Amino acid sequence: MADQTFPVPGPLETERTGGNAAFLEWMHSWIVTVDHKKLGILYIAYALLFMVVGGAEILVVRIQLALPWSGIVSPGVYNQLFTMHGTTMVFLMGMPILFGMGNYLVPLMIGARDMAFPRLNALSFWLTAFGGFMLYFSYIGGFGLYGMGNAPDVGWFAYAPLTSLKISPGHNTDYWALSLIVAGFGTLGTAINIVATVISMRCKGMTLTRMPLFVWLMFITSALTLVTITPLTAAQIMLEIDRYLGGHFFDAAAGGAPLLWIHLFWIFGHPEVYVLVLPAFGVANEVIPVFSRKAIFGYSAMVMASVGIGFVSLSVWAHHMFTVGMSAFSNSFFVLSTEVVGIFTGIKIFNWIATMWGGRIQFRVPMLFCTAFLFQMLIAGLTGIMLSVAPWDWQLHNSYFLIAHFHYVLLGAIVTCVFAAFYYWYPKAIGRMMSERLGKWHFWLFLLGFHMTFDIMHIVGLDGMPRSIYTYPADRGWLWMNVIITIGAFIQAIAVLIFVWNLIWSARHGEIAGNDPWDAWTLEWASPSPPPAYNFAIEPVVRSRRPLWDIKHPNDPDWKYEP
Amino acid sequence: MQLKSGARPIRSCVFLIVGLFLAVTPLLADSRFVSSNTFLPETTPARDIYYLALFALTITGCLFVVVGSLIFYAAFKYRARKGDPENEPAQVYGSAQVELAWTIIPVIIIVVLFLTTARIIYAIQNAPVPSSALKVTVIGHQFWWEFRYPELGIVTANEMHVPLSTSEQPDPTFLRLLSADVDHSFWVPELGGKTDLIPNHPNEMWMDPQKAGVYYGQCAQFCGLEHSKMLIRVYVDTPAQWAAWVHDQKQPAVDDPKVAAGRQIFETQACVSCHAVKGTSAKGTYGPDLTHLMSRATIAAGAADNTPANLFAWIKDPQTFKPGANMPAMQLSDQQIEDVVAYLTTLH
Repeated sequence: MADQTFPVPGPLETERTGGNAAFLEWMHSWIVTVDHKKLGILYIAYALLFMVVGGAEILVVRIQLALPWSGIVSPGVYNQLFTMHGTTMVFLMGMPILFGMGNYLVPLMIGARDMAFPRLNALSFWLTAFGGFMLYFSYIGGFGLYGMGNAPDVGWFAYAPLTSLKISPGHNTDYWALSLIVAGFGTLGTAINIVATVISMRCKGMTLTRMPLFVWLMFITSALTLVTITPLTAAQIMLEIDRYLGGHFFDAAAGGAPLLWIHLFWIFGHPEVYVLVLPAFGVANEVIPVFSRKAIFGYSAMVMASVGIGFVSLSVWAHHMFTVGMSAFSNSFFVLSTEVVGIFTGIKIFNWIATMWGGRIQFRVPMLFCTAFLFQMLIAGLTGIMLSVAPWDWQLHNSYFLIAHFHYVLLGAIVTCVFAAFYYWYPKAIGRMMSERLGKWHFWLFLLGFHMTFDIMHIVGLDGMPRSIYTYPADRGWLWMNVIITIGAFIQAIAVLIFVWNLIWSARHGEIAGNDPWDAWTLEWASPSPPPAYNFAIEPVVRSRRPLWDIKHPNDPDWKYEP
Repeated sequence: MQLKSGARPIRSCVFLIVGLFLAVTPLLADSRFVSSNTFLPETTPARDIYYLALFALTITGCLFVVVGSLIFYAAFKYRARKGDPENEPAQVYGSAQVELAWTIIPVIIIVVLFLTTARIIYAIQNAPVPSSALKVTVIGHQFWWEFRYPELGIVTANEMHVPLSTSEQPDPTFLRLLSADVDHSFWVPELGGKTDLIPNHPNEMWMDPQKAGVYYGQCAQFCGLEHSKMLIRVYVDTPAQWAAWVHDQKQPAVDDPKVAAGRQIFETQACVSCHAVKGTSAKGTYGPDLTHLMSRATIAAGAADNTPANLFAWIKDPQTFKPGANMPAMQLSDQQIEDVVAYLTTLH
């Protein structure tokens, strides 16, 4: 069917047999690969590894916090665990898994044969991977050769001057800064690559206004990444200058400004949230229309809202800083800019609902996740509006309410969409469907655990429980809430294990997928599953946003209606 | 007529949300526990924040009910069923009018919310300082609080006393927030929002507590190993209690000859390089001032009750109560520690 219209090449590499040599050759092919699909899979596998590691870290934290005054772990170990959890989930899990998906899907979706710079692509992945493993090497090397191993313990935000050499001796803070600089260069490389690919590698007929929305959002995310990683890298270099070269950027005793670190960190840190959430929106933009059996409602409004979020997100960073003592005018400015982001996000949610409206929604696993995403993104957005009300933020900031809010964004929206993406594109990448039964167990258990954990966290935050504490007094009445939060965390962990098992099981036993198992409309479904090297034998030509719809409905093609 | 029936669901929505919320609040204010509830405000700024929060909660609550129902309705109504026709549903590509509507309505909501918020920001942040106001300098340390009353010559730690402020006799307290080492954040939820203590960046906040009693809070900015055990108590004193407390704190340290042995150990060991006892050779400023140690209910920034047994254990090995505290174990013999505790317990 579809593949007859867009011819694809056969396998380039000839299969060779013979035990050990074949295995080594297989390993070699993955290590030296410059194929965007293999690199995408490497990114995703790497991110999944760290998802499990970062998740295990937080389970220990949750056991410790279940009871007041408990001593399962020492404060030192606790601080390392939550620092590593935050750093891992943002830098080693969140960004790689989303950039991995972008890497895999962007060339396929725009009908390109590979990324614009395949070798830069490989370099970027290995830099990112090296950064991640370097961070974890700190457990062994944190105090150099003269003491116990030690991971970073200054929080993933690493506020100066807690990071100064005097207050945090040893090398664990250096591991934090240097490994993220290295990983940051990798991320920058991928971002440049995606921007260049989208600009210059689109197939014939694929104008900017015909690009799938996932590609649009990866494009905006990558452009945003170029702007946001830089201040973090700069701040980390300044920190290292302070620590070893006698600088005084953040050294209060010498007249430096610890406040500067907070600014630099959040000038990175806030757009970073959008770097993570925009690709997740992209996934929803692909999954919701296909399973509602309707074209996306308001394509151009979606693009404009996304570009709007990208721009405005650069001017909201100080809403993380309402408590640092800014002037009333500055506070008011950041209230307004933050709430403007809410308008754009609102437009997106309304458009998704309108896409479902009047459709015939098939609640397969990807759509289940996307429906949960819609609901959870709504709550995350609304608690975001609450936090943007600066005086209320003076109460809520750094409380568990804040933790609940940003986990609603990171887990309830982003990771939920990542799960949807797995169930949706796994058949394309592996050639087999993921088990629908295990998928439903995964979905419902995750939903239950998620809401047990994070709904209750809002309440315990309103009740005055601050973040980053390894224990709390027994007389505050926070006990029962923390018990529920911990149970919820373990239910989520079970759900994730089912998911990982599903990934492994389905690779061998899943139903054969075929090219186009979801009856979808974008170009990646025109190639075989898994797609061969170089994707398309000849450059496809498209006339609308849904090229496969045009082929499947020759009497009623999209290009008749699209502006 | 039509307007009326349209307004009713919105109004009942508001009632439902506020009602639900008020039902949860007493649950959190269980009398068996001390409370640090952000929704039990006892000062003017805290109360302003509380009403603003209720306003924002009502708006977001209504949005949640409306949009949440739309999501559920769409998911339920338009789910695929058996016996659906084979062909695809009608393809709709968008509508400029609809897009405009759901852009303009949020813009109006945001404008209202922003203006309300800005008003409260200015009211709290730019409140004039009355000349009669009590001024307290709060200094954050790893991992304890220092409270200095420059006009009264009082220095104390971890437990702050402030006067009651009533509408007949307003007596607000203005805090100046400094840090001796890393970033901290001063947060006593029932007395107001939190403000950070950042080195080289002095901050200010104020409170006018209108109910006498003890208020609980803690450091809200991760500040290192013992961030969790950096608790705050604020005693809001009636005028009589306040006068008595100020009078007591202004006295020099008690000099009781019966505990001379303990005092001698205290003054010849390294204790004095960190701790001060007014009127003696102990003049350290790195640790809490101990002149009126026994006037405080807790030790180690709220990590333990202030009892002789706890003082003994604390001096023997501070890491028992507070692993990571900056006070070292002084390697004294049990007899020596007992003497020191005997001395310390005279410091009323």
